[in-house]
Amino acid sequence: MTTLAPPGEPRRVAYLYLLPGLVVFALFVLAPLLHSAWLSLFTWDGVTAGEWTGLDNYQAIVSDPKLRAAFMHALVLVAFYAVGPIAIGLLLAAAMSRTRVRGLALFRTVLFLPQVIALVVVAVMWRMIYAPDGGLINEGLRAVGLGGLTQNWLGSFSLALPSVGLIGTWVMYGLTMVLFTAGVQKIPQSLYDAARMDGAGPVREFFAVTLPGLRNEIAVALTLTTIQALRAFDLVYITTGGGPGDATSVPAFEVYNRAFSGGDVGTASAIGVCIAALIFALTLLINRIAEREAAR
Amino acid sequence: MRTRSLALLVALATLLAGCGTPGGDSGDNAEQAEESKQNSAKVDVAKAGDVTLTIWDQEVRGGQAAQIKRLNAAFLAQYPNVKINRVAKSFTDLQTTLKLAVSSNKPPDIVQANQGRTIMGQLVKGGLLKPMDAYADAYGWNERWSETLLDLNRFNAEGTEFGSGNLYGVSQMGEIVGVFYNRAKVKTVPKTFGEFESMLAKAKQAGETPIAFGNLDKFGGIHQFQTVQNQFVGKDPTRNFVFAKNGQTFDTPGNREAAAKLVEWADKGYFTKDFNGTGYDPAWQQFAKGKGPFTIAGTWITFDALKELGDKLGFFLMPGREAGGEPISLGGESIPWAITSKSKHADVAAAYIDFITNAKAADVLVETDNLPAMTATKQPTAPVNKEIFAAWKQLNDADGLTPYMDYATPTFFDDFSGAVQRLLGGKLTPEAFTKAVQGDYAKFTDEL
Repeated sequence: MTTLAPPGEPRRVAYLYLLPGLVVFALFVLAPLLHSAWLSLFTWDGVTAGEWTGLDNYQAIVSDPKLRAAFMHALVLVAFYAVGPIAIGLLLAAAMSRTRVRGLALFRTVLFLPQVIALVVVAVMWRMIYAPDGGLINEGLRAVGLGGLTQNWLGSFSLALPSVGLIGTWVMYGLTMVLFTAGVQKIPQSLYDAARMDGAGPVREFFAVTLPGLRNEIAVALTLTTIQALRAFDLVYITTGGGPGDATSVPAFEVYNRAFSGGDVGTASAIGVCIAALIFALTLLINRIAEREAAR
Repeated sequence: MRTRSLALLVALATLLAGCGTPGGDSGDNAEQAEESKQNSAKVDVAKAGDVTLTIWDQEVRGGQAAQIKRLNAAFLAQYPNVKINRVAKSFTDLQTTLKLAVSSNKPPDIVQANQGRTIMGQLVKGGLLKPMDAYADAYGWNERWSETLLDLNRFNAEGTEFGSGNLYGVSQMGEIVGVFYNRAKVKTVPKTFGEFESMLAKAKQAGETPIAFGNLDKFGGIHQFQTVQNQFVGKDPTRNFVFAKNGQTFDTPGNREAAAKLVEWADKGYFTKDFNGTGYDPAWQQFAKGKGPFTIAGTWITFDALKELGDKLGFFLMPGREAGGEPISLGGESIPWAITSKSKHADVAAAYIDFITNAKAADVLVETDNLPAMTATKQPTAPVNKEIFAAWKQLNDADGLTPYMDYATPTFFDDFSGAVQRLLGGKLTPEAFTKAVQGDYAKFTDEL
């Protein structure tokens, strides 16, 4: 006698439905990832037979000061890609929560534009903006009589990384802003009314109503922007090529460099695996925190 | 259920990862090289039957694209039995995909494999390129190019020694890194390095930028350094350094002097202001627009600079510290044409390479605004091109070319260009600079 599982209960046949998705995922995501992990255990130039070296490549990442510096630069970029845009996004959202703006859709589209442009185009454009002679920023400063403030933006050892980071801020804030303004509209007006009845000013209102109401949006924004920051490649490759010196080298750039010009596929793969692990750990952490906050 | 899906995942992982040792079948290259050398012969292409040559090249810009189109058409017209399957890529695109293509089971017959250890050396190491010495004898290539130009395309069969051994490619075009000048601002070409420096000082006093220089793209700095270095160090130390001949070091008094001279120029404001943050192209374009008397650049800018400056554009080799010495200059040749060892039509491929580098091809190169690496009978018309042609002949007659430093190790482009950025940005003293460069170099050469 066969018994059918009651409706709604898990059934094995469900795995069959998952199979097509799993096959595509395994073929195009999992397999390359595992293959990279496998290659990271070799010293391999990409052409001749590789040599098994176990975890040596990972040890090299920790002991090589250039690579350590590259990972530090990536963390600095997180501040510019994630923290900056989220702060700006929140500010805009808070402003919008207090007034109803006409033509909001238009503003949103305009502010979202940086997200739509290909990063390579963005990078080429900002290279021109940052040009010491004839660039928009320095020429602008000279035009208003602030010629003393002009900088060698991408060529200075201390300013190059923040300059690249600011491009990231410019690219990402559209995303956070759209997420937050949409989120704000979802917060019931009654909460704001209640807060105002209790005599809350704009600051208090922001911390008591807007910020908690945007918890999920902040988690999503933080996840997306952090991932973008850690895998940043295009902006660095086109604006500075990692220079001056190594001032703007980042892990993803090192992966490209080592795999395609240095002839060191093993270390390149190891760095790639580390970036993936780091991204995984950070997103997990962000989501855990967001969930715990939500439970409170 | 959870454990089972985990087990499935692990099984999948082992299946996928069990790819064995990467690149495991490259075999004994020295033996292969010897063997394929003996199987090389000059053939009559017309009698070779139906052949399709697959060619990967990067001749896609301006005059380069024009010349290869003309030469391919001429080759096809002469040999109707041959078809050419041309895969044209940009330089970077070719650099990043070439190794995979050549190590596949069906590689192209002919590829442009860049000089140096990064590309050509790696491919030779893997036994993927065919030695061309027998063809060189058959077609007389040893007379077509100067010794130095041939050496740049040589490796030993194991791919460990650069600059000697088997010939793995030949190049069509020459290039020189020298001084471009604006005839409206520079009346006489300097005879000595000192004279050149006093011209820089004078231009600076007149409120001009003496040397247009942009180093944001990193490679410009290498060219400035080597142009000065040549006048302090001479050609042999640089060549031996690049070819990693025994006991070479960068940490020498000559290199420190050259570095100090370059820093002095930077401090005196002889270069474009904020050069480390200025792009390579925007910098020389300022010179081409008539701002400033000089720029130190490669002959690849001639075509575009000529459009702006016309007959005012001039070119000279950086003069020596004493008048009347032998010319010496940074320079080289375009990306060499090589034959893959798995090619089924290697002899026809060699005939093709001969065809695009013979005397007739040299004339086509001149007509399409290129500088042929070989001797050409045709002469260019623009004054600057005449100067460049004369300089190229002078350099080859005197054997005065020095190779690009970034050929030295697979990571040297970044190592060296980064060090020059630090030197000129005031982050490294000349002493620390030569030590740092030597440190990066030794990391590679110690393992040779």
